[in-house]
Amino acid sequence: MTTTALTAAAKTQAGARSALRRAPRGRTGRAWVWAAAGVAVLVLIPVAALLWQAVQGSEGLWSHLWAHVLLPALGQSLILLGGVGVVVIALGTSLAWLVARHDFPGRRILDWALLLPLAVPSYIIAFVYLDLMHPLGPVQDTLRAILGYASPRDFRLPDIRSMPGAIGLLGLVLYPYVYLPVRAMFAMQAAGLLEAGRMLGCSRRALFWRLALPLARPAIAVGASLALMEALNDIGASEFLGVRTLTVSVYSTWVTRSDLPGAAQIALVMLVVVAGLVALERLGRRRQRFAGGAQRLRPVTPLRLHGLRGWLAFGLGALPVLLGFGVPLAWLISESVTRIGTAGISAQLRTETLNTLLLSAGATIAVLTGGALVAFAARLRPGAVTAGIGRLASLGYAMPGTVIALGVLVPVAGLDRLIDTGARALFDAGPGLLLLGSGIALGYAYFVRFLAISIGGIESGFSQIPRSLDHAARCLGHGPGASFRRLHLPLTRPALAAAALLVFVDSMKELSATLLLRPVGVETLATHLYGEAARGTYEEGAVAALAIVAAGIAPVIALARLGRRKSTMVG
Amino acid sequence: MTISLRSLILSTALLVPGVAAAAELNLYTSREPGLVAPLLEAFTEETGVTVNTVFLKDGLAERVQAEGASSPADVLMAVDAGNMNDFVEMGLTQPITSKAVLAAVPTALHGPDDQWVALSMRARVVYAAKDLDISSITYEDLADPKWKGKLCIRSGQHPYNTALFAAYLAHHGAEATETWLAGMKDNLARTPGGGDRDGAKDILGGICDIAVANSYYVGKMRTNEKDPQQKEWGEAIKVLLPTFEDGGTHVNISGAAIAKHAPNHAEAVKLLEFLTSDDAQKLYAEANFEYPVKAGADLSPIVASFGDLKIDSLPLSEVVAGRKQVSNMVDKVGFNN
Repeated sequence: MTTTALTAAAKTQAGARSALRRAPRGRTGRAWVWAAAGVAVLVLIPVAALLWQAVQGSEGLWSHLWAHVLLPALGQSLILLGGVGVVVIALGTSLAWLVARHDFPGRRILDWALLLPLAVPSYIIAFVYLDLMHPLGPVQDTLRAILGYASPRDFRLPDIRSMPGAIGLLGLVLYPYVYLPVRAMFAMQAAGLLEAGRMLGCSRRALFWRLALPLARPAIAVGASLALMEALNDIGASEFLGVRTLTVSVYSTWVTRSDLPGAAQIALVMLVVVAGLVALERLGRRRQRFAGGAQRLRPVTPLRLHGLRGWLAFGLGALPVLLGFGVPLAWLISESVTRIGTAGISAQLRTETLNTLLLSAGATIAVLTGGALVAFAARLRPGAVTAGIGRLASLGYAMPGTVIALGVLVPVAGLDRLIDTGARALFDAGPGLLLLGSGIALGYAYFVRFLAISIGGIESGFSQIPRSLDHAARCLGHGPGASFRRLHLPLTRPALAAAALLVFVDSMKELSATLLLRPVGVETLATHLYGEAARGTYEEGAVAALAIVAAGIAPVIALARLGRRKSTMVG
Repeated sequence: MTISLRSLILSTALLVPGVAAAAELNLYTSREPGLVAPLLEAFTEETGVTVNTVFLKDGLAERVQAEGASSPADVLMAVDAGNMNDFVEMGLTQPITSKAVLAAVPTALHGPDDQWVALSMRARVVYAAKDLDISSITYEDLADPKWKGKLCIRSGQHPYNTALFAAYLAHHGAEATETWLAGMKDNLARTPGGGDRDGAKDILGGICDIAVANSYYVGKMRTNEKDPQQKEWGEAIKVLLPTFEDGGTHVNISGAAIAKHAPNHAEAVKLLEFLTSDDAQKLYAEANFEYPVKAGADLSPIVASFGDLKIDSLPLSEVVAGRKQVSNMVDKVGFNN
């Protein structure tokens, strides 16, 4: 999504770029820049706190931690990331090729349906498949019935609680990150180019390997790096499946060893891995200009697949949708129906739903406000300063939730104590833990984590507005505030809505930071599910999971629509 | 809020003003909500004190510490003597002075300076497949190569396990413990993880033959109406009460402490008095399938069927001291990897 938005933005802005350099200087919009800088500082505070924690030293345990915790965890994380990388690239690219370059029955449906697994968070797919694939679950039950085995002691499949299990399941829900930009890239590649390839004697297969694929490499890199950040951030799936990743180690070092500095040190190592992924992404985006923006020619006519081959193509394309979305959804629905049928929906679950909605709504408002400040400052005063602010403020999207939680806890708890002590001194009564207790601390973590979504979304929305309109507004005597209110805000409403939807749903799904920072006595749908999976009970978890997945479908559909509008624009 | 007739009469009789309406208590607990809920309901019923429960699976101590003097926590409840001692070491507790509480709990189950008391006990037992030809086992046996690929256990860093491993350390010393852990690791049927119930589930699923788990889960599974599948897991296993070769069965405790800055101190004491009363101890035994700490309280029939529990004689405080050391050993032998 980022890729297509960016490419489109680059195109419409190509002409405006020279105007950009002539943007007004002087004092205009300074306040906005300061406000944006404030937003960036908010994002940097947890990072600073993390560094501070990390240098506190770990009571001489560092060498132990390094040798027996960090290194194995780093190894496991790298294997996981490597495996997930291979799966998402293979799946995402081949599906994109199938859908973008072929025509077969059901292609139009697959085109968007292939995005649906995005609606299933990794900890939910793990939760579902743990039960489904257990020797006592329906899959192996059926298999035994067919093969004529009476007991799981006589025949069973390999345990899903393993590294390959984790790689496969994460791959199933993360491949759309690659599929989406690569499909757009394939769809944009000009027919002329490929025809030239044909004339030079390339077979269709060679066209893919020697032309289309290398040209799509930037999109693959961007998509894969996003998918891998998600994989690194995952806490539920890895833990349920017995994979000791860095995230799991940060968590366990914090909670079972009570070693915050040690956890912070592991978190720093995670940030190094993240930096690698960010570098990969930036590299991808940099090359993308050459690959994507070059020409706007006739798009390729898809190859028509007839008869059996057509249906085979549909079957192959539908398989990931089925496994990554259809099966989990069907299982969750059937479990929820049984559950609600026998026991109804508990008051507890209703409260948890309300908590989840309130937290997500609050976070969405904060994130959009912050994003608008940063994006508009960059619009008003383009240049190195605002670009830097934008980049710093977007840091959080790459930071795993556990790491952010670690960084948020210490300063916020300190501030809480300060407020309380101050209030006690002044009024003889303190508010207690204002920030931790009200969920503001958790909202802050969401803010840091998801700010990039709104900055990116709003910036690309702004980029659709010709700069001449800004100038016209200035000429008519509107200050930055007025033009923001009367011009930019109304014109970017679709981008704002899309960003709001994404942030809202991502907050709903968020697990790793929520686990550590949720206020006193508050459970969200995600933490409820985690609790059940962690202690091996399957009670209302399916209902909670179903609610999360159902909410997650909306942005995926919006995303699919956006994609379609884009492709009609291009075509 | 509904007030039972009994508590109304009680409060009127004792002329305690305002008990019914305003009395509140904040409980921070790392115990499973399902285990504590019946007890708290009974407490509220009896005393009219509303309990706000904060369930924190992990990071409870850090949370209270971060909250400092403004923490709303009144009572801290956790499982595992080590976790309870952590509270004390971090300065989050205050001594319990209630005579009723201290008298109800045997002195051996008090924390240092009466900073906490145990409320119930659980044994770390072995679940074995029902048809398995075995009637007794020692903890030492768990590393015997004859169990290769047949043992299930949850994370080696889980407090239930580190306490058991620490007890092994206290019995046999560091070198033997490391060898034992490595031997157990070689016997694992799957990577350590999940909960103790997964042990029973995986035995039924044919993944393993034996599993290390806590005693009370058996009752929890066999009587589970919410999730009837668990009954099958519970019925698929028999319980062996393992012993150390030179000792008894390892038990751990669930305990409670009064938070240092408890804003509702009186209610906190009341809760502790309730939890150590005959009624609550009976609930621990009947609803939670734990071993009561109070002498003379009956066991649930399911728990009684495991046989006579011979509690290991090592004092818990000594056991707990080795926890960090075994936790490092768990990392070192790559137990969880």
